[in-house]
Amino acid sequence: MILFARLIFLMLFIVALSWPLKAAEFENFETALTALPEANFKSLPELLEAIAELDDQRVSSLFTHLSKGEVYFQKSDKQVFYVVDQADGTANIVDVISGEVVQDINKNQLSKVKTTNSIRSGIAQLQAQLNLNHQDSAIRLNAAREMLADVTRISDKRLADRQTKEENSAVADILILIAALKELSKEDSAAQLAALESLDSSLEPDVRQVLVAASQDKERYSPEVQIKIKATLASIENQRNLYSYAENIFFGLSLGSVLLLAAIGLAITFGVMGVINMAHGEMMMLGAYTTYVIQQCFPNLIEYSLLIAIPAAFLVSGLVGVLIERSVIQFLKGRPLETLLATFGISLILQQLVRTVFSPLNRQVIAPEWMSGSWQINPVFSVTFNRLYIIIFSLIVFFMLLIFLKKSALGLHVRAVAQNRDMARALSIRSNWVDAATFGLGSGIAGIAGVVLSQLTNVGPNLGQAYIIDSFLVVVFGGVGNLWGTLVSAMTLGVLNKFLEPITGPVMATIIVLVGLVFFIQKRPMGLFPQKGRAVE
Amino acid sequence: MKNFMALFATPVQRVTGILAIVTLYVTLANGLLPPDSFLYVSDYSVTLLGKYLCYALLALSVDLVWGYCGILSLGHGAFFALGGYAMGMYLMRQIGDRGVYGNADLPDFMVFLNWDVLPWFWAGSDSFIWMVVMVVLAPGLLAYIFGVMAFRSRVSGVYLSIMTQAMTYALLLAFFRNEMGFGGNNGLTDFKDILGYSLQSGSTRLSLFIITAVVLWLAFFICNRIVNSKAGKIVMAIRDAENRSRFVGYNTASYKVALFTFSAVLAGIAGALYVPQVGIINPGEFSPINSIEMVIWVAIGGRGTLYGAIVGALVVSYAKTRFTAIMPEAWLFALGGLFVLVTLLLPKGLVGLWPTLKAKAQQLWPKTKEQAL
Amino acid sequence: MKQQASVMGATENLVPDTRHGVILYMENVSVSFDGFKALNDLNLYINDGELRCLIGANGAGKTTLMDVITGKTRPDQGKVNFGQQIDLLKLNEAEIAQAGIGRKFQKPTVFEALSVYENLYLSLKMDKGIWCSLWHKLNGEQKDDIERILATIGLTEQRHGLAGNLSHGQKQWLEIGMLLAAKPRVLLVDEPVAGMTLQETERTAELLTSLAGEHSVVVVEHDMSFVRSIARTVTVLHQGSVLAEGTMAQIQSHPDVKRVYLGEEST
Repeated sequence: MILFARLIFLMLFIVALSWPLKAAEFENFETALTALPEANFKSLPELLEAIAELDDQRVSSLFTHLSKGEVYFQKSDKQVFYVVDQADGTANIVDVISGEVVQDINKNQLSKVKTTNSIRSGIAQLQAQLNLNHQDSAIRLNAAREMLADVTRISDKRLADRQTKEENSAVADILILIAALKELSKEDSAAQLAALESLDSSLEPDVRQVLVAASQDKERYSPEVQIKIKATLASIENQRNLYSYAENIFFGLSLGSVLLLAAIGLAITFGVMGVINMAHGEMMMLGAYTTYVIQQCFPNLIEYSLLIAIPAAFLVSGLVGVLIERSVIQFLKGRPLETLLATFGISLILQQLVRTVFSPLNRQVIAPEWMSGSWQINPVFSVTFNRLYIIIFSLIVFFMLLIFLKKSALGLHVRAVAQNRDMARALSIRSNWVDAATFGLGSGIAGIAGVVLSQLTNVGPNLGQAYIIDSFLVVVFGGVGNLWGTLVSAMTLGVLNKFLEPITGPVMATIIVLVGLVFFIQKRPMGLFPQKGRAVE
Repeated sequence: MKNFMALFATPVQRVTGILAIVTLYVTLANGLLPPDSFLYVSDYSVTLLGKYLCYALLALSVDLVWGYCGILSLGHGAFFALGGYAMGMYLMRQIGDRGVYGNADLPDFMVFLNWDVLPWFWAGSDSFIWMVVMVVLAPGLLAYIFGVMAFRSRVSGVYLSIMTQAMTYALLLAFFRNEMGFGGNNGLTDFKDILGYSLQSGSTRLSLFIITAVVLWLAFFICNRIVNSKAGKIVMAIRDAENRSRFVGYNTASYKVALFTFSAVLAGIAGALYVPQVGIINPGEFSPINSIEMVIWVAIGGRGTLYGAIVGALVVSYAKTRFTAIMPEAWLFALGGLFVLVTLLLPKGLVGLWPTLKAKAQQLWPKTKEQAL
Repeated sequence: MKQQASVMGATENLVPDTRHGVILYMENVSVSFDGFKALNDLNLYINDGELRCLIGANGAGKTTLMDVITGKTRPDQGKVNFGQQIDLLKLNEAEIAQAGIGRKFQKPTVFEALSVYENLYLSLKMDKGIWCSLWHKLNGEQKDDIERILATIGLTEQRHGLAGNLSHGQKQWLEIGMLLAAKPRVLLVDEPVAGMTLQETERTAELLTSLAGEHSVVVVEHDMSFVRSIARTVTVLHQGSVLAEGTMAQIQSHPDVKRVYLGEEST
């Protein structure tokens, strides 16, 4: 134990020795603070610079409070405090060294450490520089990006210093922008033009703001520079539009993959079997509730809950689907409108069942850690992980289904029954069993879609209803009985919706897509990719 | 007695007779009997019955297209609601300066939205005649345009059903928007009077009930004439073999469009009669489930019979009122169960049950029949 | 007023001009389904009042040819005229039927939910617009027509029964009756004796022969003995075009037919 303490002491000693001489004016934060009450306007900047050199986490908060005029010292013992005025008129007095709230001191016993405007701007510079020299490159990046808003906070020399030291390329890129903005503020059109060159197509919002302001400023910038500013702004605008397109496409694809998941189950029951299942939405609802139940049963496994829920939801919805097929749908073969009505009745029963069991209120499904967060590609374009995973997941489900139908024995039987029931039966395929299995498969996939939906929307008894019409339209738009068509149509509708949304608002976008589809079905009743040939009639 | 029963020989006579008796009874019992009498019919019940009759009219319109032409519309609620909104706009304007904001020119919700002038499509909405025109025109025009597009391009069966559902869903979303100018979420309500008669008074309510009964009878009579005319036979021919009908020389699309439009107008009239009796019209009437409920009335009553639709609407609506009062959760179970059971076990509906029962009875007691003969 | 005149004009135009003795012209007609040529540059002329038999193997294009004439299928190219002046490609199914081309399908299709009498009623030649249909009442002449047809097709007793309850053969007859009621200029008859007894077949042959003259009749049939019993002119279709045309004797000795059609049939 003693040995350990000695070791630390030794290490501190070495660190202290190796510290640059200039910073060694103060040993530590505490001693530096004792100098603060005695400093005058003239000595204060120097003192602060010395403090800034200290490697202490408290420095940053001291600067923040100081620039707000919240630093006081006790007249008697020169001890330094923060005095933070509260909304209710009282003041919070905090000891600077310990960071603890002090109760027994009255504000009257304290006097303020006075600052001037120039000192405060000096503090801001120091603070930015503090972070700019931080070991953590993420903090450096943030500090640099914040500095873009006001490049006067860093001196040319310090900036140049930092630029030579900087190893992180992202930070270095921002530093170049800072340097360029500094150049731009100089009254030299050659420098300004050169600066604009490096500002070209930067996506930083601050750069754009500075340029917009500059484009108004006819005094500082010559007409020639003005033109260049306009051109730079236009190129920035282009880039931003490009990324906002990319973002729309991404959002559209993620909406499209939700539609795809919701619709492929239907593409099987409706497209392959020709059964109109109005309870399809409720199969999704069951999947979502399965997720909820699993999270309730295994509260310690939230991180894995979705992985457990996927097969569970497939089984639950699939079994309910088989049950529905055996008990109702098989008796309504060849009567599509009756099937539609009966399955609608089933959907009402399932909704009410969920209401009775789980209450009519929405249930909370927790998103696991790994689903949250996002990947910031650049200042105007980021990709949230949950959407990204959903796109990937829906494609995996789609292709697995496709392979299953193409390659497996059951898949072959399903297609055989779909094309010619009597012939398939003659070949001793048990068409009843195939029907039940197909319906179960379609319903099970709807259950999986429900797991995904539980991450995006409220899990409630009406969850399925919101998607049933959309799903039908996706299947019909893509061409009934054509899985690829379903993929294309889901993605098209998703992207279309997201591009319309900023123009018309979300509700109008939905309406426009709906009305557009109604027109489309009238023009091409067989969908985008109709099945061809004489057999169709 | 025998002569009296002969009055009820055909469905038309039966419907006419029962409607007349019920209307007469309700009128007399509500108007003349003291409220504490066992046979008294309260104002509340009169309005409830009036509401049921509106539903019956609506069911009639659904049966006309579904039962006779095989067009399963899952969007008839849209036509009902459009008729209702046309009436609602008129009633809204009748409020005048008695609204919360006391603005004589603008309905309350427009004042609330800071609108200065009436939108163009509200022009003329304070005229009763114009309202009547719109009740026919709004649903009729929508149905005509929709029908022309759908039936000319030969969309039929399930596709058509889903399209009608998408239509009413789109309208639902649209009418929820405040910008549409139809009161958004809350719809149109707080009506005061119609043609100067207060909507709260018992006599107005009774009059509305009587008018609804008369309109229902008239609609039934006309529908009956249509389905028994040559055109009615053609429509049934189209239902069963549309291609063949074309090769016989009938332009099937125009028959379907005409029937669909007429049916939509009936639904609109039902909506217009409904709104003053219940005192509100909101976008909820567009919701797809409402349209589906209408279909189940017809399915339960027995489609393709006209009077079956009326029976179905009355029975199911009454059941709904009772159920939701006693145990509200059970209603959706019951409704869902009805859907499944009727399609599985009663493809001809309740009125289809009657001849079967009669035949059974004759099998069991053949003697009585011989004696009667 | 002017519009009414033009409508009148249109109906006038629907009477085919047969001054050249030809009632149906099909010239260079081609139809393809997904690359498969159902009709390939087909040329066919039907004379006014003749009885023509069409024969050919499965897939030779017989049914497609009827589909094209009745407007069910639109050809990719070619000309189909009714008389000299009526372009059938510009009319839809209903208009073609009203112009006077009747069709009997391979599979008998009648309106099953209607009575036999109503089936014939709906098929009568008259204004088929909605307004007329709403108010229409049968007049004496039309009633007589229906009675006469009922007698011809032997369904007088079943007149008030549902068409759906008829036997297969009776449905065939009813469909022929419906054709007669429409009084068409041209009758297209697709396999009329399929599923008929020998006796019924003979009656059908008699009926079709008696119809020729007043009407033009085109019969598609597989039953060669039936064709032989009624045929005056026979057209052989092969792979979507006309292979040979002539009397039965000429056809049977035609080298191409021997090679392709009869040869194929014998193997």
